[in-house]
Amino acid sequence: MSGALRIPGAGRLSQAKTARFSFDGQSYAGIEGDTLASALLANGVHLVGRSFKYHRPRGILSAGAEEPNALVQIVRDDARKTPNVRATVQELYDGLAANSQNRWPSLSFDVGAVNDLASPLFSAGFYYKTFMWPKAAWKSLYEPKIREAAGLGVSPDRPDPDHYSSRYAHCDVLVLGGGAAGIAAALAAAETGVRVILADEQAEFGGSLRFESGAKIDGKDGFAWAQAAIARLGAMDNVRVLPRTTAFGYYAQNFVGLVERVSDHLKAPGHDLPRERLWQVRAKRVVLASGAIERHMVFANNDRPGVMLAAAARTFLNHYGVAVGKNVGIYTANDSAYGAAIDLKKAGVNVAAIVDLRDNPTGPVIDEARALGIEINSGRAVIRAGGKLRVSSMTVQPKNGGGERTIPVDAILMSAGWTPSVHLFSQSRGKVAFNDETKRFVPGTYAQDCVSVGACNGTDGLAATVDEAYAAGARAAKDAGAKAAKGVKPKVDASESWSRGMLGAAPGAGPDTTVKAFVDFQNDVTAKDIRQAVHEGMRSIEHVKRFTTNGMATDQGKTSNMHGLAIAAETLGKPIPEVGLTTFRAPYTPVTFGAIVSHARGPLFDPTRRTAIHPWAEAQGAVFEDVGQWKRAWYFPQAGEDMHAAVDRECVGVRNQAGLFDASTLGKIEVVGPDAAKFMELLYTNPWEKLEPGRCRYGIMLREDGFIYDDGVVGRLAPDRFHVTTTTGGAPRVMNHMEDYLQTEFPHLNVWLTSITEQWAVIAVQGPKSRDIIAPLVEGIDMSDEALPHMSVREGKICGVPTRLFRMSFTGERGFEVNVPADYGQAVWEVLWAEGQKHGATAYGTEAMHVLRAEKGYIIVGQDTDGTVTPNDAGLDWAVGKKKADFVGIRGMARPDLVAKGRKQLVGLKTKDPKVVLEEGAQIVEDPKQAIPMKMIGHVTSSYWSQNCGRSIALALVAGGRDRMGDTLYVPMPDGVIEVEVAGMVFFDETGGRLNG
Amino acid sequence: MLLIRCPYCEEERPELEFRNAGEAHVARSANMVGESDDDFEKFFFIRSNPKGIIYERWRHMHGCARFFNAVRDTVTDKFVMTYRAGEPKPSKLPKNSNEGLAK
Ligand SMILES: [Zn+2]
Repeated sequence: MSGALRIPGAGRLSQAKTARFSFDGQSYAGIEGDTLASALLANGVHLVGRSFKYHRPRGILSAGAEEPNALVQIVRDDARKTPNVRATVQELYDGLAANSQNRWPSLSFDVGAVNDLASPLFSAGFYYKTFMWPKAAWKSLYEPKIREAAGLGVSPDRPDPDHYSSRYAHCDVLVLGGGAAGIAAALAAAETGVRVILADEQAEFGGSLRFESGAKIDGKDGFAWAQAAIARLGAMDNVRVLPRTTAFGYYAQNFVGLVERVSDHLKAPGHDLPRERLWQVRAKRVVLASGAIERHMVFANNDRPGVMLAAAARTFLNHYGVAVGKNVGIYTANDSAYGAAIDLKKAGVNVAAIVDLRDNPTGPVIDEARALGIEINSGRAVIRAGGKLRVSSMTVQPKNGGGERTIPVDAILMSAGWTPSVHLFSQSRGKVAFNDETKRFVPGTYAQDCVSVGACNGTDGLAATVDEAYAAGARAAKDAGAKAAKGVKPKVDASESWSRGMLGAAPGAGPDTTVKAFVDFQNDVTAKDIRQAVHEGMRSIEHVKRFTTNGMATDQGKTSNMHGLAIAAETLGKPIPEVGLTTFRAPYTPVTFGAIVSHARGPLFDPTRRTAIHPWAEAQGAVFEDVGQWKRAWYFPQAGEDMHAAVDRECVGVRNQAGLFDASTLGKIEVVGPDAAKFMELLYTNPWEKLEPGRCRYGIMLREDGFIYDDGVVGRLAPDRFHVTTTTGGAPRVMNHMEDYLQTEFPHLNVWLTSITEQWAVIAVQGPKSRDIIAPLVEGIDMSDEALPHMSVREGKICGVPTRLFRMSFTGERGFEVNVPADYGQAVWEVLWAEGQKHGATAYGTEAMHVLRAEKGYIIVGQDTDGTVTPNDAGLDWAVGKKKADFVGIRGMARPDLVAKGRKQLVGLKTKDPKVVLEEGAQIVEDPKQAIPMKMIGHVTSSYWSQNCGRSIALALVAGGRDRMGDTLYVPMPDGVIEVEVAGMVFFDETGGRLNG
Repeated sequence: MLLIRCPYCEEERPELEFRNAGEAHVARSANMVGESDDDFEKFFFIRSNPKGIIYERWRHMHGCARFFNAVRDTVTDKFVMTYRAGEPKPSKLPKNSNEGLAK
């Protein structure tokens, strides 16, 4: 048995396929093909949650994606606890476990429901007004408490074990919505042979044909026709049919985001299946067939469990075979709810009464209901629902007042009419237009190559819908380049009418009342709240929305927006279009982060770059640091060493014997061509024309504003060939900067730029023994100081492989940078390492490299400079070609502020206590006794313990720093003030003798 | 995601392949050193921020890597047309910006 309210013979599910599930720990039986909502209703469970603000008991309002109430937590395991799942969308699988939300200790007895009694306190704008004072309490007290009390559902506390996938797709015609309209449009387009994608959010196509028992197409029951058509479409090579797929966002140029729920409906999804798949579709033409959403009636206690949309009740009956009650009442303002009454009555459910707001409704459905013996109360309103955890009665009154009559019911099925789903149209930047006759917003002016068909376009009637959709599908295919169609338009034999209805509060919930007549169920907004917002001065619908939060919940006001707008308009005394509609924003329904992130997480979040020598460093036990995307060996701890001990040993080793350092991550760009030197002259501050081939120069690159952008050693390999190095992090932007100038400002120069960062592995060999290590391995290069002086470069061979051998130093020691093709990087390193062992060489990492260069006052762009430092500020005036007529930054450097006195200049700092190491970023003041906030005159940019100097060293940017040599300055820290002396930037080997030592 | 026509590749490609590179037709002086402070300020700092048609530089970063110029409508985000670097500012724009796009 799959629920006491399952009606034998009704619905389309096979009774044979039972699926067990649990709700709040209680076990129930459902049927495969059920949604969680239909399965709960089959078991007579209407109470499924507590509301957000007032903790009112709530049931199931709808049978689809618009559901504002029935939000549950689906628990697969500890890591898979998905909150706020709509029970009307979640398909049942055997073993499904769901819990209700926002209640404590239990759903039927919830302490938070006291909010409902205290509701005068919680009226619109309550948070804004009440928690504004004292200001500090907001962060520390109010907000945490409110959030704790208000949160819906519980987030999983483990990483998401599921995987998600993502695809791009292109098509000629994308059809969004798979009801009668969407299917007809897809058929018309597909028959021409163009590429078609048809997507629908439901597990099965058919849309309203799921419940419309009166629809007949091509001689078949409407839903059966839909399944046959989908089978036909699915078999066509040019068509992709996507069920369980929601179009959540419509972006520029027909770029539409779809999310496909691949495995949430499966009992035990295999790990080969993603949980969800994101489709990013670019379509030549889009057909919007998103249908319409039924509105509820706004009356007192319209949120009681058992009060639901009429078409939803009909869906539960005609599709799932479930009666939502045994004695139902109908409350309507249009024809469509009659269908629910008729179908339920025929299925053996007692229909206590139809209450119709209209004075004298006529037509075939009214006649049929009457013929079935259903009592029809026209010109009357339901002014209140009785019951608490489940509706128990409806109280009826003539709509202009008069005697009340209470009718016992266990469900109220309501319909205020249908709102066209213009969400996607509106997201496409189309402008909606208000149809005054039908009181609804429909697509007006289009902004993109799309067309709306059927109910979302305000088209009434199945025949008109299919006509319009089929023609639009054919037209879209033609516009996308199709030849003539050869299909046959589906023929509608019978259909129902569900036009018209009413907007706003129903009688009994008018301005003179204080009842709780809900407009927005998910955010607990009543008709009274909206009126109050207007009375308190909100005039724009956007303000009313924010003040009341109407339509701001995750359901985005699918059922509430039009009612809210109508009530605001009525209160303002203005016509609806003058008050305006709030903006529809993506996503149409909530989208998981998983679907958006897809594979881009963990190791695939960002590429990891490793040098050719990385495996060697790893084998040596190096500790790595991230530098941009690179992994760089930070230091090489030996047994028992901490970072400081290792760095001290590495620094001393380099200066006493020699060190090997993997410098492969340095950016490298080859500048080649007849005008290479001219180009270099324009891009760097230095002069290059006269640099002889075989020599190197330290280059500074500025931006046009005169500030340092990058630096690096440049070797001239030939008159027309420069090997340029950049900072590790700066390589891509330097390349971009060079390309920009070459392509757009200096296109007359005949130059090619090639990134060679990854072509060459770079092994720095530094220290007094460096030449002894390299020399025996080099062929074809004279290694003497005369032939290969400091700052020179030669091409030759090392260990039998080609090398660009630089004699240069970032340590202040005699040094070389051995460039070899990256594929040989580790092999050459290993040979150099073995040779180095004979001379006591050490491997050193980036930390020692930083310390060694700071001992020499060599700057690191991006650490000692910050984008506001000129060459002069950094003490690098010597590197600026004084006779040059032009280079990028030459004019910017001469701006008044950049040549003014008192600019921050890079200097050295020595702490009075040599053992104290300053903190990088620490602020510097002249007088530590001044009042707070103190005048800060600079900050520390680099600071280290220098074992070679036997003291701490630091570099700092200090206002007028070079005029303060020997002065005492102060670095105030939380635990005391540190005294420092301003010094030169070179802390070790001031004469530079060791470069040739 | 927008589609942008690269005037070098001569086809529309998704926005992801491109990088914006600031306003177009801001000429760098042939005599930078001789520029007054005011002229340098105009050249380097002052940018137009129109509601409507804007002339921009873009780079087909993950394609041919060429810089080019584009005319875009800041209200609709639509690219009206694109043309190669060094070509003059177009004196006339396509009548229907959609046509410019479709081509
Ligand atoms: Zn290109």
